[in-house]
Amino acid sequence: MKALVWQGVNRVGIETVPDPQILQPTDAIVKVTSTAICGSDLHLLDGYVPSMVHGDILGHEFMGEVVEVGSEVKKIQVGDRVIVPFPISCGHCWYCQQGLTSLCDNSNPNFKLAETMWGYSPAGIYGYSHITGGYAGGQAQYARTVFADANLFKVPDHLSDDQLLFLTDIFPTGHMAAENCNIHPGDTVAVFGCGPVGQFTIRSAFLLGAEQVIAIDRFPERLDLARQAGAVTLNYEKEDVFEKLKMLTGGRGPDSVVDAVGMEAHGTGLMGVADAVKQTTRVLETERPHALRAAIMACRKGGTVSVPGVYGGLGDKIPLGSLMNKALTLHTGQTHVHRYLDRLLKHIQDGDIDPSVIITHRMPLDEAPQAYKIFKHKHENCIKCVLDPWADHSTHTQDAEKPETVEQ
Amino acid sequence: MTALKPNTQRISIKNASPAERIVVGGLGAGLILLGLQRTGRVRAFLSSAGAIMVSSAAMGKSPYNTLAKIRRTESNDIKVDKAVTIGLPVEQLYAFWRKFENLPRFMSHLESVKEETQTRSHWVAKAPAGTHVSWDADIVEDAPGERIAWRSVEGSIVPNEGYVEFRAAPQGRGTEVRVSLIYHPPAGTLGAGVARLFGEEPAQQVEHDLRRLKRLLEVGLEPTTEGQSSGRKGLLSEGLAKLFDNGRTS
Repeated sequence: MKALVWQGVNRVGIETVPDPQILQPTDAIVKVTSTAICGSDLHLLDGYVPSMVHGDILGHEFMGEVVEVGSEVKKIQVGDRVIVPFPISCGHCWYCQQGLTSLCDNSNPNFKLAETMWGYSPAGIYGYSHITGGYAGGQAQYARTVFADANLFKVPDHLSDDQLLFLTDIFPTGHMAAENCNIHPGDTVAVFGCGPVGQFTIRSAFLLGAEQVIAIDRFPERLDLARQAGAVTLNYEKEDVFEKLKMLTGGRGPDSVVDAVGMEAHGTGLMGVADAVKQTTRVLETERPHALRAAIMACRKGGTVSVPGVYGGLGDKIPLGSLMNKALTLHTGQTHVHRYLDRLLKHIQDGDIDPSVIITHRMPLDEAPQAYKIFKHKHENCIKCVLDPWADHSTHTQDAEKPETVEQ
Repeated sequence: MTALKPNTQRISIKNASPAERIVVGGLGAGLILLGLQRTGRVRAFLSSAGAIMVSSAAMGKSPYNTLAKIRRTESNDIKVDKAVTIGLPVEQLYAFWRKFENLPRFMSHLESVKEETQTRSHWVAKAPAGTHVSWDADIVEDAPGERIAWRSVEGSIVPNEGYVEFRAAPQGRGTEVRVSLIYHPPAGTLGAGVARLFGEEPAQQVEHDLRRLKRLLEVGLEPTTEGQSSGRKGLLSEGLAKLFDNGRTS
């Protein structure tokens, strides 16, 4: 089959690899009908998340049709149309039973690696470095999924892939980010970053009762999309964000602030340069925590900072004094996708939200390296790119010519 | 063979055995002498390496053992303490463990355990290079639902003893399983250090075994990625992936 393979820092390519097989009785094989590139894939592309190895298949946002199930799979059957949540739940441990599936005790085979890096090991994740298990991802024609009964989520036929695909990650991720804001009626929520997760955070914040949402970015197309959802927008290259947020909240500051940017924030000024230099070494600092710093500073006293943005290791100059003295609450985490699925599917069915509005690009899997490039550099006003593993070459071939790698 | 003291020994702040201290100290002194005959950078390098070895021997601290997290007791035995919480009732955990035949299902270094009488059992373990070691052990304490303690009989090739304790975890989270082992490897801590090089160092092994037990009992299997698709071709990337995926990486 064809799959997108990580070939080194800033290098991905489409390669022909062996078809996945059932390795354990709880596995299921999914024929991927749609898959997307996530902002966090860019952190992997850029090599800022350690433990990537040449040959790893990327992709943790994918859906499709079940074509094979292991002998112990009961609830899922061949032919089911499913989405695949990106964190892997075992379905049995205490965390999974509490609905905290991204913290599953049992799904990361490389728990020792994660414990060395982070103290304790969260769940395994598809196509997301060896720290989170080294599972092959779904930017491919087929994918092996594990603990199928606990993870695969059946979706109705009358909704399109475009409407359903983002249930695998970014819609629940934006929703959990908003939920973590602990929104009360009348609240103002500020969202740093208007990429796909930021867009879903904005929309979810309104669904959860926020009165005002302020969206911060520098790309006009992303700010436009945020405005369409009802947000007030700020371009941080043109305005003093801190002062502007104060003005929009009667001098109090936003009740909660979301960092939907993560480890590769576009920093301005000297601090931004310092972060970029340190991060390039991949040792001195693994993050450019510019958005997190700004979020902590901007939040009102006693407010909440919610961090769906991905961080991997160590960050410098985080304003802990502000965090502590203002009595802020910090809420973070990889998304517990499973617990939001029923709720968010209903929102889609009821027409409260149309996730497909963020899609700007549709490309065949063969062009995925080019898609990574467009998405990374925000060329062509790219916000979200969906890949079709079966476009172009309608037949599944084991010996397709290897397309060229695109330098990222 | 060294007889073990009861399993209440204090952990020594020194983690190098007397033999190791002599060997390391001697090597260090040799390096310093060698360094004095050279000039420039070589001299500086050899002398400082020698100085580190001599001082670690003097302090009884082995840099390697510190790195490998090997702890020894005051009588030069290796001590391992690990704990895990498993989502099953205490009675079930106790019953599973008390049936010693179950132990090789999650203890990777064990080949088999056979219960010969109520208290005496025969243990066969894997040793490096495909060999085996075996010994007999007695149950020295058996408090149903609470604690099982065992000890190898006098004259065993790998003198060892240990206990496991079970306690109900708060808020219905299952059972806290606490394991404590003391053993005397054939070549002291030096032997444990060598074993660690082959990925068989006990502290990590026990930790890994307990995780395997948790996954076996909670889920029924251990997750794996062995045999999955990838675009790996070269030996280098194969090796690197294996290094990350072997579960023992630290």
